[in-house]
Amino acid sequence: MKNLNYLGLGTLFGIVLTKSEVISWFRIQEMFRFQAFHMYGIIGSAIVVGMLSIQLIKRYSIKTISGEEIRLADKRYSPGVWIGGLLFGLGWALTGACPGPMFAQLGSGVGAAAVLILAALAGTWTYSALRERLP
Amino acid sequence: MLDFLRQPWPWYVAGPLIGLTVPALLLLGNRALGISSALRHVCAACVPAGIPFLHYNWRAEAWNLWFVLGIVLGGFVGYRLLGHPAAVAISPATVHDLRTQLHLTDFTGLLPRELFALDNLANWRGWVFLVLGGFLVGFGTRYAGGCTSGHAISGLSNLQWVSLVAVVGFFAGGLLMTWVIYPLLFG
Repeated sequence: MKNLNYLGLGTLFGIVLTKSEVISWFRIQEMFRFQAFHMYGIIGSAIVVGMLSIQLIKRYSIKTISGEEIRLADKRYSPGVWIGGLLFGLGWALTGACPGPMFAQLGSGVGAAAVLILAALAGTWTYSALRERLP
Repeated sequence: MLDFLRQPWPWYVAGPLIGLTVPALLLLGNRALGISSALRHVCAACVPAGIPFLHYNWRAEAWNLWFVLGIVLGGFVGYRLLGHPAAVAISPATVHDLRTQLHLTDFTGLLPRELFALDNLANWRGWVFLVLGGFLVGFGTRYAGGCTSGHAISGLSNLQWVSLVAVVGFFAGGLLMTWVIYPLLFG
């Protein structure tokens, strides 16, 4: 039953990504060419709203709907953060899609998205297999 | 209202809604927004193949798969039911660049058909854009420990310096591809 909450929230998230055209390759090219404010406005205002929300949650010790204390894990550093980040950036500019948009594209009926998702799964699997041998 | 919903949404509506997903997931069940993890869970569920990194209780993270399934539904509702323009209204400067540098002529749809049509898998373009591109997204996000949602939105919202390093990496990679590698590919 709880999973339906996540399904619903994911649906809203997917609608927002789609209606704001974040899932368009053209928008991502426009962003990397610094030719419109659109994507910067979206990412920037999302971070500001997320940051304010987390500050409020911390300041007022707001609990989850089931009364649990909210815990936020720290992200751990490794050289992979920037090496992997750079590799993802190369792929982001090629495909015009980060993982979320790939799934929204699939729902919108773009056939290419199925290939992108399979290729991304292959990439994640390959990373998992090579993990111990990478810096 | 419906007319407003049917148009493309401006950044100042979409951005804050995306930001609100962060507290919504925390309040619903202490979950951190992050989508690339779903790729790992699918690998762990389908092809764990004795790889230690793929042996964990992925069922405990099932919420993430439901969230991603929702995104697929959202793509259908947002594009098919709420309507969409024939072409994304990108800046004329971008249209000009894509015409002259990448030789694109068709600007309809979400992705340029000239690069992303499935028939392209018969030539190098399809392999670079669909297969290599997708592979880099899957490999890079897991290596970096997150994508645009996990690092840029969720991580920066929680003031994680590690996420800032990742986001600088994302943009450096994207700029390198757009400004250096594209001209070589299409030169």
